[in-house]
Amino acid sequence: METITLTGQIFQYLVTGITVGSVYAMVAVGFNIIYNVTEIINFAQGEFVMLGGLIMVFLHVAVGLPLILAFPATVALVTLVGVLLDRLAINPIRRPTVLSLIIATIAASILIKGTAMFIWGKDPFDLPAFSGRDPIIVLGAVIQPQYFWVIGFLVLIVIVLTFFFERTIIGKAMSACADNPDAASLVGIDVKRMVLLSFALSAAIGAVAGITMTPIALMEYDRGAMLAIKGFGAAVLGGLGSFPGAVIGGLILGVIESLGAGLISSGYKDAFALIVLLFVLFFKPSGIFGNIEISKIKRF
Amino acid sequence: MTLRKIAVLSTICLFAVGLLAGPALAFKGAYKVGAVFSVTGRTSFLGDPEKKTAEMLAEKINNAGGINGKKLELIIYDSEGDATKANLAVRKLITQDKVCAVIGPSLSGTSLAVVPLAAKYETPLVSCAASYKIVWDDKESKVRKWVFKTPQTDTMAVQAIYTYLNKKGVNKIAVMSVTSGFGASGRGELLRLAPGYGMKIVADEKYGPKDTDMTAQLTKIKGKAPQVIVNWSVGPTQVVVLRNWKDLGMTSIPFYQSHGFGSRKNIKLAAGAAEGVYCPLGAVNVAELLPDDHPQKAVTMQYMKDYTAKYNEPLSSFGGHAWDALELVADALKAVGCDKAKIRDYLENTQGFVGQHGVFNFSPDDHIGLDKNAFQMVVVKDGDWTLAE
Amino acid sequence: MLRIGKLPIALFAGFIIIFPWVAGKVPAIGNYTDIMVFVGIYCLITIGLGLLMGYAGQISVGQAAFYGIGAYVSAILTTRYGLNPWFCMFIAVLVTGTIAFLVGTPSLKLKGHYLAMATLAFGIIVFIIFNEEIQWTGGPDGMADIPGLSIFGFELDSIEKYFYLVWGFVFVILIFTINVIQSDAGRALRAIHTSEAAANSMGVNVSKFKVLVFVYSAILASLAGSLYAHYLNFINPSTFDLFFSIKLLIMIALGGMYNIWGAIIGAGIITFLSYEWLHYFEEFEVIVYGAILLVVTIFLPNGLVGLPGMLKELFVRQKSNE
Repeated sequence: METITLTGQIFQYLVTGITVGSVYAMVAVGFNIIYNVTEIINFAQGEFVMLGGLIMVFLHVAVGLPLILAFPATVALVTLVGVLLDRLAINPIRRPTVLSLIIATIAASILIKGTAMFIWGKDPFDLPAFSGRDPIIVLGAVIQPQYFWVIGFLVLIVIVLTFFFERTIIGKAMSACADNPDAASLVGIDVKRMVLLSFALSAAIGAVAGITMTPIALMEYDRGAMLAIKGFGAAVLGGLGSFPGAVIGGLILGVIESLGAGLISSGYKDAFALIVLLFVLFFKPSGIFGNIEISKIKRF
Repeated sequence: MTLRKIAVLSTICLFAVGLLAGPALAFKGAYKVGAVFSVTGRTSFLGDPEKKTAEMLAEKINNAGGINGKKLELIIYDSEGDATKANLAVRKLITQDKVCAVIGPSLSGTSLAVVPLAAKYETPLVSCAASYKIVWDDKESKVRKWVFKTPQTDTMAVQAIYTYLNKKGVNKIAVMSVTSGFGASGRGELLRLAPGYGMKIVADEKYGPKDTDMTAQLTKIKGKAPQVIVNWSVGPTQVVVLRNWKDLGMTSIPFYQSHGFGSRKNIKLAAGAAEGVYCPLGAVNVAELLPDDHPQKAVTMQYMKDYTAKYNEPLSSFGGHAWDALELVADALKAVGCDKAKIRDYLENTQGFVGQHGVFNFSPDDHIGLDKNAFQMVVVKDGDWTLAE
Repeated sequence: MLRIGKLPIALFAGFIIIFPWVAGKVPAIGNYTDIMVFVGIYCLITIGLGLLMGYAGQISVGQAAFYGIGAYVSAILTTRYGLNPWFCMFIAVLVTGTIAFLVGTPSLKLKGHYLAMATLAFGIIVFIIFNEEIQWTGGPDGMADIPGLSIFGFELDSIEKYFYLVWGFVFVILIFTINVIQSDAGRALRAIHTSEAAANSMGVNVSKFKVLVFVYSAILASLAGSLYAHYLNFINPSTFDLFFSIKLLIMIALGGMYNIWGAIIGAGIITFLSYEWLHYFEEFEVIVYGAILLVVTIFLPNGLVGLPGMLKELFVRQKSNE
């Protein structure tokens, strides 16, 4: 009979938590990119993840494109959806308020979900793992090779984004929009274009999250909402607008859920993560890495 | 043959078909039957095959001349698994569409939400959901007069699994369940019936219906070293949990699924992880495996043939509940016409009705009509069901 | 902010009074009275939420939780202890009000999206409790056989009777709320919405007012929950999930949040769309729903109540062009 030591168990919870948390973190990073430029919380962020998974299944499994081609193709297609989202849903809003923007992104997410249901149906789909399903055993804990892909892509995204925002002109221009849109447009930055770019970028990251998680968790048309909520929670926990915050927030949520499910009560695992989130907010109202300046009063 | 000739000939053929088909389609009025399924939404995996099955069956009945020369008019509403919507739909069916009887809803929750309406408007309701509470009033300890149901209860599924485990000498089990109505109800029965079968439950783990990973729960179970795992869920989670189970190298602890696993799509999705998994299934899932002298062999084979031909997708066991419900009502309509009280009486006295999920024997004290023999234990072998020895 | 005159209320009351009679005469809309019962129930919630959002400028993405607490307190006390439903409704209001006060006091210190997340988290936690505390709530299968309501032995057992009960509640609340808006307290609220700092310096106790409105909106949701439970005689957790909270926000946004009529129009339109009209689109239902929402948000930033104003503006502009 298989047994496992407590150390092994806790290590297993951590590994799983970090993997799931990495997905939340990627969604949270996506939230932040758009938030930083526009102050919009894009509730359709989860739909990018769903589309990433399902389009990848279509291209890789149904069409038969090799992984190396299907991956960028999927990211490109989802990016296109992100661009369309901005052009068709966000850009045309005449007098945007926080509430109308929230509702617009929710409406868009309903539309995307409905279209996905129409295209793919309601069944979940599977994607082969990138490098097989032979697990690696460390300290009695089982690690799927796919876990490394998920965590690896999170690390890659963090590195690329850091470089992008700090070293490239476009990236710096985007950061400028976040700090002060009026000043940014005065110095000749096309704010509308930066908004478009932020949607494209965040859709691409969502796609990566979807592609890497599908071999572990399958994907179906209505997965987006739950992921969006978890990602939003991670972004708020870390402090809206802060990239290190998003990553830390995602990992914390994932690990708490996993440890809570394993050690205390699996029925209440989502509640534990949210209670921790509430406590952090009550003591630090702008999240772990957020500053009050960014969370300045927003009217609804 | 020139094009014109073809055109003339085909026109003649069409008319001939029309003339032949004409008299058969001239119905003398219609019997209205209402149906409420969760066709879309999170529980569409139940309502979708139910709707397809009911539509297919109604079409078949009408093509064969209807019921007593009358058309079977099926009015289907989508509840989206929402109690409020189901309630509105059933009330509309009864008060506005004036149906003779209602079949559905698909879920225990939505069914319980409409049960009071059946009594209030004295309309027979044949639910397609599992919970025994649908037909049994716990408070008054009596059968709900106007309500019947076709699926096996969770009690029967648990009894089937426990009986089988007893035979194998297993007495230390781990329970996993999804936190939905289906999972909670199955978990309740697993816990309640365990002492009677001498089962010791060493772990009782849960996960959410949209969870993406159950490794933590399984790891905890691994630490408790049970002899088998019994999992109660529906939808994608039951596939994810299987894959986690295999990934964690826990295949030496046999895995038992609920009857909710009853679709070959799940075996396919599990990508090899379903191999060796046990579950209790109704005859409808294993039609080909049944011996020829099995009472349900003919009806289940026919249904499978019709369904796969029409919709080009594998059969799911849930559609069978709608089949049973609609055929029961159709039988009643044929015998007594559209008289609600008489339909109710007829349903209550139905004996030996051979359906997809068992042979139904209703009585004034039993509006479920099935017993635990409605399940057979099945094991996945080479990517398909096999009857477990 | 427009003053709300007596005439619109009187006209609306007349519309409501004859509604069941008209619906009863026209077969095609025979079930509309039934749907209107739910519209009334949702109106109770949206009036409170509209006050919170449009007037006090605070968001709540957890309103379904208060609705659910009201329903569950009523259901548990009536089915387990056999108490009088009206008494239970009152207890539910007390319980919900207390919880709202305890949750609102720390939460309303948060701003914007942080407040949204905090209320959202609260809503999900309550939803998990409904699901998990099976010995009390019946778990995901819910609670059946909740008794109906009666007044002095007069059973409210038909759709029409319940319709008048629910809308009676709506009118009492509506008139009370309008009076609040047009009082000094209302002016204080609007000051909060415009600028908290300015309101503070004017001597308005901002945090007290915010919590007060939050508690008021929660109490209305609780009342709605009790009415729902006694009408359906059944409740289960999925009625009170996050998606219902979001649906309430959509009602407010669609109707228009700067006007109390927006809350009522929004509740009416969304309820009829999702319970009746979208049914005709079958498979396309979800897509049509999303498209309608998007079009309204894009073209009617002030919601449907802003429509007459916009048309007027358009008309005037065209005239001046001539």
